[in-house]
Amino acid sequence: MKKNGTHMKNKLLSILTTLFAASVQAQETASNETMASTMRSNGKIYVVVAVVLTILFGLIAYVIRLDRKVSRLEKES
Amino acid sequence: MQFHWWKIAAIALLTYAVVGGLLLPVPELSQLGETIRNLYYHVCMWFSMMILFTVSIVHSVKYLRTGDLNHDIKAESFAGVGTYMGLLGYATGAIWASYTWADPNNPAYASFGSIMREPKLIGAAIALLVYGAYFILRSSVTDMDQRARVSAVYNIFAYAMLFPSIWIIPRLLPSLHPGQEGNPALNFNDIDSRMRMVFYPAVLGWTLLGTWIATLLVRYKQLNEKKWNAHEK
Repeated sequence: MKKNGTHMKNKLLSILTTLFAASVQAQETASNETMASTMRSNGKIYVVVAVVLTILFGLIAYVIRLDRKVSRLEKES
Repeated sequence: MQFHWWKIAAIALLTYAVVGGLLLPVPELSQLGETIRNLYYHVCMWFSMMILFTVSIVHSVKYLRTGDLNHDIKAESFAGVGTYMGLLGYATGAIWASYTWADPNNPAYASFGSIMREPKLIGAAIALLVYGAYFILRSSVTDMDQRARVSAVYNIFAYAMLFPSIWIIPRLLPSLHPGQEGNPALNFNDIDSRMRMVFYPAVLGWTLLGTWIATLLVRYKQLNEKKWNAHEK
């Protein structure tokens, strides 16, 4: 019985250490995460890409909305 | 909503034109620097204008052959979006020129004077004004069939005027604007192959977006027409 208890304790400890190691590793990747470093690299050109894409998708969404409205009117008439 | 394949293609190609156009490598040239990427946007406006005007004239000729008012609506819509693209091309060209042609050592008006003497700019302005007259002509004729017929004939003249004003005369005069010795963006030996990879899809994408907007205009005008016809009965 006692032997079983220490076995459990060991197992718990090993799980904990694994989790800790995993969390440290996660923090390490977070500090140089690809997205964050991408957005700040190369004179921050990716920020421009994001801005232009936002405008483009905004305009396309507007065109799609108009298209839907016209389609609805066509169905009604 | 009718989600045709070409609408999805327009979205995909434009996304590629923005991401690839801003991030992919380009040749390093003095004076131009990164602004060479404007080829994917500024030049595409003029290309799509030319294509939309071509669609417009085809519909004008079709109207004259058949007398179907739907062709008149299409001709007007495509000419409208084409003119709009041309105005955007002019505006973007003005921004581009002010950072590459203008001499920072001179007062602004000195550069402005020489830029305004650019034959390409004057030619493009003439072309756009000729199309502006098309819309004035349309709105000044009240009879529907007469308006369609007169403006279809005028549209053919307007299209013909494009060739001397933006293709021929600017080539005969000295200019800062590239494209003196032919078609720099179309010539396979001239344009950098890395830029071609983005430029042609970008032309297609912008043209498809213009077509999309033009078809919306067409459908709106057809609905309007239907409403008026129902009214009269």
